[in-house]
Amino acid sequence: MPDGSQAARLIIDDREDGIFRVHRSVFIDPHILDRERAAVFDKSWLFAGHVSELPKPGDFVTRRVGGRPVIIAHGDDGAVRILMNTCRHRGNLVCREHKGRGAEMFRCFYHGWIYNIRGELKGVPGEEAYSDAFDRDALGLEPAPRMHIHRGCIFVSFDPEIESFESYMQDALAVLDNTLDLGDMEFVQGQFKYAMRANWKLLVENSMDGYHAAYTHERFFSQWMPSEGIGNGYRPPPPSPPPNADGTNARWGTSPLGNGHVTTLYPSTESRPPVFQPYLDKYAAEALKKSHEALVSRHGPARARMIEGGAGNYLIFPNLMIIDGWRVFRTFYPTSPDYMEIDGWACLPRGEPAELRKARLDWYLAFQGPGGFATPDDVEALEGCQMGFATHREVEWSDISRGMKGNRSGGPSELQMRVFWREWQARMTTGRHAEYTGD
Amino acid sequence: MANDNADQRHDTISRQQVEDFLFAEADLLDNWRLDEWLGLFDQQRGGYIMPTTDLPDGDPSSALYLIADDMPKLRSRVEQLLGGLTWAENPRSRTRHMVSNVRIAGREGEALLVKANFVVFRMRFQNIDPYVGEYHYKLIPGNGGFTILERRVVLDLEALRPHGKVSFIV
Repeated sequence: MPDGSQAARLIIDDREDGIFRVHRSVFIDPHILDRERAAVFDKSWLFAGHVSELPKPGDFVTRRVGGRPVIIAHGDDGAVRILMNTCRHRGNLVCREHKGRGAEMFRCFYHGWIYNIRGELKGVPGEEAYSDAFDRDALGLEPAPRMHIHRGCIFVSFDPEIESFESYMQDALAVLDNTLDLGDMEFVQGQFKYAMRANWKLLVENSMDGYHAAYTHERFFSQWMPSEGIGNGYRPPPPSPPPNADGTNARWGTSPLGNGHVTTLYPSTESRPPVFQPYLDKYAAEALKKSHEALVSRHGPARARMIEGGAGNYLIFPNLMIIDGWRVFRTFYPTSPDYMEIDGWACLPRGEPAELRKARLDWYLAFQGPGGFATPDDVEALEGCQMGFATHREVEWSDISRGMKGNRSGGPSELQMRVFWREWQARMTTGRHAEYTGD
Repeated sequence: MANDNADQRHDTISRQQVEDFLFAEADLLDNWRLDEWLGLFDQQRGGYIMPTTDLPDGDPSSALYLIADDMPKLRSRVEQLLGGLTWAENPRSRTRHMVSNVRIAGREGEALLVKANFVVFRMRFQNIDPYVGEYHYKLIPGNGGFTILERRVVLDLEALRPHGKVSFIV
């Protein structure tokens, strides 16, 4: 496993001359992935799901979070728990369903041990064969070391010593709240479960890359949008102004949010109109207007505009991407340096009129997901990058310096990616947060 | 064609007629004759939909789907697939649609309900990716053939892994 000094050489970050390069070995070296597991994924707050996925006592979902199989269970006492999905006896997966409703117990089929929905061990066949030292009460399903639910969003950490969720989130908490203020938010039923034959960090870069949109997604802007009569080709977004001197809270544009979190469009009353506006206006204008009026009465006109405008595409380090223009929540985990598993959800307000829910979903599907008119081309691009990295001995570096210097009229910056990489490098080398992630 | 004798028409339709139609459709898809394929649909009411892998019975107006195309969206999908800017399919995948176990499952108004099993192989960049599942068709008989009212593709896959996309017509 590389030590910190090795990881330190993998990024060239020269703010003075405007040079930023990432060594391509970070995308292919299995030792890097080992260290990422230990220094990044095991030392972060990770997004695990949303309480709306398990609305009633006895409801549960199972998934892998941070490489671990977990059960997210709604207990008969009302509490939501994250339980490590492994029998305390000999290790078998205790729950082998993707999700369920109204469960009262989990029974490991291997030797018949039974746990209740809270994870307590309630049944051990032939328990009299154990000694007095056998402590059934201590052998419940192991809860995740740390869990925090923020307004329905379930986060987990496998580091018992990790800082508080609020401290970890820094300014990203206000940005997440901006997303959640749209209404009584829920994860829509139906989940995208897909994959990419590419390194997970490429999807961090891609998910908040303003530069690629006009090229990779030309068909969405030049073919689909005109077919709907809602666009006349693609106009690049205005360039991102640099953040303020303290690296945070730019009025709008890319803003480092602390601890590697970053948004490409800080919630602002001055931000450009939301990307979905023309489509929703076309199909659900009346309902959208009512939704807007409800927001104004709840939050006032300025806040309402910030909430509707959203925060662009933003990263909660290391791997929760929220794409406000489509209300996407997305996580992804590497299983090898050249492969990741991706989960995607739509987070929409509950109780909206049917035509507005449908219009939001249609808008979502038009761009997002494995069958959308954009996501497959992102997958294609990142898999192409990964194939290209086979040349890493001849072509060692990727260039991510865009926007460090130069004329901002040239279009979107890559500051948001540098924010990620600066935090990544700090974690990999010192095990601490980066002191400053802005340019 | 008048609808008042729809029942009669349904009664005389053989599985072989349906199979011939589905096999011809698969041939169009594997040869990327997508404009002709689009012509198989009811041009006003047709639809091409694919539920997510975790919710095969969901309602596309309230639940997330992988694909929920009405005809304007489907026309755009085909235009994009043939237009050269769909990088996921440029260069095009090689595909092979295997359609079997065709059953006439009933009727719903003027439409014949048909189910069929499929395995579709997608070959690209040295990968061979299988897509396995069941087609649910609503077919309107007429003029010696059928018009597709709904083509619902229900994947048996637990997740779109390892391939991660349904960028071609499954």
